[in-house]
Amino acid sequence: IQMGLAENQLCFDMVEQWMNNNPSASICTSQGARGFKDIAIFQDYHGLPEFRNAVAKFMGKVRGERVKFNPDRIVMAGGATGAHETVAFCLADPGDAFLIPTPYYPGFDRDLRWRTGVQLVPIECQSSNNFKLRIEDLESAYDMAKLNNVRVKGLLLTNPSNPLGTILDGNTLRSIVSFTNDNNIHLICDEIYSATVFDKPDYVSVAEVVDEYLNNANDDGEGDDGNSNGPRPTLNLDLIHIVYSLSKDMGFPGFRVGIIYSYNDVVVSCARKMSSFGLVSTQTQHLIGSMLSDDDFVDEFIAANRRRLAERHRAFTGGLAEVGIRCLKTSNAGLFVWMDLRRLLKEQSVEAETALWRVIINEVKLNVSPGSSFHCSEPGWFRVC
Amino acid sequence: IQMGLAENQVSFDLLEDYLEKHPEASSTTHNFKENALYQDYHGLKSFRQAMASFMSQIRGGRATFDPDRIVLTAGATAANELLTFILANPGDALLVPTPYYPGFDRDLRWRTGVKIVPIHCDSSTNFQVTKEALQSAYNEAVSMGLKVRAVLITNPSNPLGATVQRVVLEDILDFSVEKNIHLVSDEIYSGSTFSPDEFVSIAEVLNDRGSIQSESERVHIVYSLSKDLGLPGFRVGTIYSYNDAVVTTARRMSSFTLISSQTQHLLACMLSSAEFTENYISKNRERLRRRYEMIIAGLRRAGIECLEGNAGLFCWMNLGPVLVDPTREAELSLWKLILKDVRLNISPGSSCHCSEPGWFRVC
Repeated sequence: IQMGLAENQLCFDMVEQWMNNNPSASICTSQGARGFKDIAIFQDYHGLPEFRNAVAKFMGKVRGERVKFNPDRIVMAGGATGAHETVAFCLADPGDAFLIPTPYYPGFDRDLRWRTGVQLVPIECQSSNNFKLRIEDLESAYDMAKLNNVRVKGLLLTNPSNPLGTILDGNTLRSIVSFTNDNNIHLICDEIYSATVFDKPDYVSVAEVVDEYLNNANDDGEGDDGNSNGPRPTLNLDLIHIVYSLSKDMGFPGFRVGIIYSYNDVVVSCARKMSSFGLVSTQTQHLIGSMLSDDDFVDEFIAANRRRLAERHRAFTGGLAEVGIRCLKTSNAGLFVWMDLRRLLKEQSVEAETALWRVIINEVKLNVSPGSSFHCSEPGWFRVC
Repeated sequence: IQMGLAENQVSFDLLEDYLEKHPEASSTTHNFKENALYQDYHGLKSFRQAMASFMSQIRGGRATFDPDRIVLTAGATAANELLTFILANPGDALLVPTPYYPGFDRDLRWRTGVKIVPIHCDSSTNFQVTKEALQSAYNEAVSMGLKVRAVLITNPSNPLGATVQRVVLEDILDFSVEKNIHLVSDEIYSGSTFSPDEFVSIAEVLNDRGSIQSESERVHIVYSLSKDLGLPGFRVGTIYSYNDAVVTTARRMSSFTLISSQTQHLLACMLSSAEFTENYISKNRERLRRRYEMIIAGLRRAGIECLEGNAGLFCWMNLGPVLVDPTREAELSLWKLILKDVRLNISPGSSCHCSEPGWFRVC
């Protein structure tokens, strides 16, 4: 049984129903075919305006309308895979490095490094604090890299996390933003699972931290609240970038809808030119543009997606608990659980984890992903989708 | 008036007609979920099979293609870049005949760090590549300390609008074997030849020479539906390689640039219909030919000659006789005049790295 693929299959009934009610969203139907030629011939790397507008609106709704996204900062890529590679090409030279907390999505080893020549410097996180990234670990990884003459260009965060299914609280996120800002390195936030947050605490996107800063900056000089200690620090927005995709939140990995959202004008411009190597099919841009412009549908979809993910998570973790298997208790997002099988290991080693994994695959016949494939520092954890 | 964009708009009625009769081509009505979830970098088998047979039909059945050697990319732009990443290291060189598609300067060089060394062609041979030109370009690369990894040709040629002659293809293949380098043939305009017999694909040349492995394993064909089918927005590119290692690597690399499964489904349906494809290919050719003849005749009446072309979506116009002097500067000032006063957007030969001033591409 395949439990190794993070796919969101929960809301296709809603999508299919929407499609039946909106035949003009497909250029292959008689209603949609009128627009066929214009769409088929459009190859401008800016993308269809209705597509960019709809994606910007969707991203805002996923964040509870707490923040607005500017459609002109939306750049297409060949899935999040293409988006990450493009951002790496834009921000780093061969030999440069990105810091990345473990455990992390194994695909990053290829996506960020293969053709770019960029390195990854892991920041090990521990189960003792539920694998949450600690500022002191971030600082020491950065210092160590510098000592080894590694040119660190940025920090890559996946929030919500794959494979943990956890989110960063606002204060930790703000501290991270301060750190990257103070050290003048980039911050890339992969928010591909942003619509899969199914439970409290509420999700805080890096876009909200940016927005907070911009609002405070506007308020500056208008009378302090009496609690501030001197001038507020300046946030260099040119260092902040978001990677997004519809592969997880909507369950459309086949459509290759990757998005780069950068607050840096030069990066937007460069990434847009690079998007020539991975544009989204206009047939798909048109479909997504139509679908995500439908406010009622989007609101229902986001709510149903959350509800169904919550139910599934509860059922699954409940079932595992019944047989004495625990999962990371702080998980409230994602399409998977981070399962703790440390007690079942013959010894606390990668070899023992791998041996256990083989037993699960060959005898229990479940395809789950071992923590070591995510560079987890502690053996015995498994991601189950 | 825009005459600088090589777009094929002559056959949309045929596409629209097909769609009207075949609602199953829309993935929204047929297995939407399965299609939306499909992200395998092998690509839909039905689509690869349809592409393989379409490519074969374009070549009049004179070459056949194995669907398992087809790697899918989001457009020929991505295909050319991907092959360059695979075949060359940063600092290496590709030899490319001039004049060539200006997009190559970015697509082949930008992120790859690879250099282009031009193979100079001129009107004395109707811009066909000669053995001397090949050797000369190779020598130039070597003298610059560059390692030559491949020759990259476009056949039919952009901007010439002419097919590469069989004997020239053989020379280029022999040269590649001799220097032990690769040969990339961008055949994006193969379905846009005006008559079915005049295009010779490198695939046919390999066949006719007995499909010798040491020859074929260095050959890679790039194709796309942007020109022949007029669907540049759909981002449908392919790499066809006779080299197993290249196929495997290209397939993995295609993860950065896959074709939307929705589009794969649509085109798999369309291109599997032999009735549709045969009709399309022949009507498309006919309409392109008529359009070409009309523009050539019109230009001739005005005393302007063009290169004798037999393919593509443009003509290669010679304004050499009208130049103030045979220099790039004179060509550019003539171009500015045409742009501003005559209000026609056409492409000057220098943007295509043509070594002979005075030529312009008119779409």
